[in-house]
Amino acid sequence: MPDVTPVSTTDTALPLDPTLPVASLTGAQSLVRSLEAVGVEVVFGIPGGTILPTYDPLMDSPHVRHVLVRHEQGAGHAAEGYAVATGKVGVCMATSGPGATNLVTPLADAHMDSVPVVAITGQVGTAAIGTDAFQEADITGITLPITKHSYLVTDPADIPRVVKEAFHLASTGRPGPVLVDVPKSVQQSVTSFEWPTEVDLPGYRPVTRPHGKQVKEAARMIAAAHRPVFYIGGGLVKADAAAEMTALADLTGIPGTTTLMARGVLPDSHPTNLGMPGMHGTVAAVTALQKADLLIALGARFDDRVTGQLSTFAPHAKVIHADIDPAEIGKNRAVDVPIVGDGKLVVAELTAALRAEFEANGRTDITPWQELTESWRREYPLGYTDSEDGTLAPQHVISRIGAIAGPEALYVAGVGQHQMWSAQFVRYEHPRTWLNSGGLGTMGYAVPAAMGAKVGRPEAVVWAIDGDGCFQMTNQELATCTLNGIPVKVAIINNSSLGMVRQWQTLFYSERYSNTDLNSGAHHGAHSAPVPDFVKLAEAYGCVGLRCERPEDVDATIEKAMAINDVPVVVDFRVHRDAMVWPMVEAGVSNDAIQYARGVSPRWDREEGADTASGPEKVVS
Amino acid sequence: MSRHTLSVLVENRPGVLTRVTSLFARRNFNIHSLTVGPTERSEISRMTIVVDVEKQPLEQVTKQLNKLVNVLKIVELEDDASVQRELLLVKVRADATVRGEVLSTVQLFRAHVVDVAPDAVTVEATGSPDKLAALLRVLEPFGVRELVQSGSVALARGGRAISDRALRSA
Repeated sequence: MPDVTPVSTTDTALPLDPTLPVASLTGAQSLVRSLEAVGVEVVFGIPGGTILPTYDPLMDSPHVRHVLVRHEQGAGHAAEGYAVATGKVGVCMATSGPGATNLVTPLADAHMDSVPVVAITGQVGTAAIGTDAFQEADITGITLPITKHSYLVTDPADIPRVVKEAFHLASTGRPGPVLVDVPKSVQQSVTSFEWPTEVDLPGYRPVTRPHGKQVKEAARMIAAAHRPVFYIGGGLVKADAAAEMTALADLTGIPGTTTLMARGVLPDSHPTNLGMPGMHGTVAAVTALQKADLLIALGARFDDRVTGQLSTFAPHAKVIHADIDPAEIGKNRAVDVPIVGDGKLVVAELTAALRAEFEANGRTDITPWQELTESWRREYPLGYTDSEDGTLAPQHVISRIGAIAGPEALYVAGVGQHQMWSAQFVRYEHPRTWLNSGGLGTMGYAVPAAMGAKVGRPEAVVWAIDGDGCFQMTNQELATCTLNGIPVKVAIINNSSLGMVRQWQTLFYSERYSNTDLNSGAHHGAHSAPVPDFVKLAEAYGCVGLRCERPEDVDATIEKAMAINDVPVVVDFRVHRDAMVWPMVEAGVSNDAIQYARGVSPRWDREEGADTASGPEKVVS
Repeated sequence: MSRHTLSVLVENRPGVLTRVTSLFARRNFNIHSLTVGPTERSEISRMTIVVDVEKQPLEQVTKQLNKLVNVLKIVELEDDASVQRELLLVKVRADATVRGEVLSTVQLFRAHVVDVAPDAVTVEATGSPDKLAALLRVLEPFGVRELVQSGSVALARGGRAISDRALRSA
């Protein structure tokens, strides 16, 4: 290894208050003090050659807890889970080269889902940069398109300013990941420490207060609309605007849809909530957007998984689009009334403006529209069909977890069928209780993100609802959970397949199941037994491992998992593999072509009293 | 497809050019030309970026550029309200028999000869893209050995400076 100069970092005791100035200390000490000064409670990370100097003073920090993960990707997702669950900035730390590149996926994930994360990486010494030194990687270059901003610190005196700016950038405006790359030589140099009082970023001035004229115009348009719909996105979760959103829905009675990223920000129990829109959204939510004459998009970004074929999305609707990021407005869909601002302020001011507008000029009667959307919700509820062979229906397992753990628990999903079912069949009443990888779609998100969420919300029950494919990507963090007293609960919805890919193979590739059989559950073929044995794997990691194979055991198994609170629990729910996610809009087609179940389209023109279309037999909610 | 000239004030920090070009690549925007250099303030650089886009994506370009923390201000310079110049260096074959003819062409375009060799001259010219294209058309029959051309640099006409108005106006 290059430059292994032993460095004493704690010659003199530093003042306990991390914001007090220090005349002489190392860059590493300055970095740790900066993290303390900015209020960091926990860092997820793994040490290595070039970040070693910082891990030395970190060991003595009275303020910062370090959780030693087993893979840097786990550190990144844990930081994300912590951030989403708490609303604070999540922090992860890694060494240069492979340590840093292992953070790439979670940083891209945080960038897509606007999660405030700061990543601290070691870098080879400044003299070695550019020489292809051992464990050198240009991580600021690699992460350029997937970070909100990044720093390569070359002067140790810059460390406090850079850390303060990094946390400011990550947490304000549209939140996102910021990377701080610190060469080993910078960590080892002697410098002084002064915590800056202000952040000076002339090129960064996010607009938070919405333009009054635009809000007024939006209110006028809403009051005049016959078929308005709220299209509520994850931005309102980030803006902590749940109370304001509920008040706006109460005042207006306008039907609302909560996207995958917004589940819980308007309670599922709210009478106006039609559920999730998009590819696997409810018939009521998808159809309401299609038939609307006005979309009120709040912190949403017209993602292709919501709009389907863009040219036929909500074809009759005018659009009010409010977002903290001006670049989202008009990016995918032309907008009639743009509002740039913080979601909490926008929704509050819009509510006030609407109240005034209703009083001054009255409003269009939207009762027929409310009744129509309500009839869609009644007629096309979410549902599923039990398996024919008596094995577990995955939707049943997930809805029972939601019912038993309740709306105060946190639910963290991976990516795929189980994610969609978790978004559909768990009823969310609060924001920040539903964590998932929406934009990037990162398989393997659930276990480490649940770990981070549990660290941030130790009093809450945290369920990772994972797939057998996802679980096998990041389950090494169960060791971290066991050893650090982070008792998460993991439900593996084990269909022995890459289920969502298999669903597409069923629907679009003539049931040719190319490389989607994982041989990990009830449907094991080539091998005599499922591999791996998830119960044994859980036990090997010091967790309690449970297995559930029969519908009649589901509740008892969940109750048993709920009763274990000292160690992590992993439940292998062996579900049947042919279950599919419905409703569904095929990729690239119009949302008008939503299918309620395979080959079943909602019938809008049928007469009263006629037979209902043959949909799912089990109806939830 | 239309051509737009953006004048961009950026912080003079390492990596800023990379951030801008990386953004263009990632967002699938087309750069026609890009120049960057110092300004009257040492901590600020100025980029002139000529982009090929439709009107709607141009708004996306400026909005995305504005999201870069090191970008301070973006102004679109309309052709008729700005002065835009490119620099051309061209090495033209010119032995004794045609040198006089080459030199008179150079004078006509108010260009300069900056280097002379027995069989060639190097010509420097500045001007609008149209003027430089015209000069090249006339010089081409003599034989162009090699040429190098800069991207556009541009300033708005009139007495005001880009930094007079509030930051981040585009």
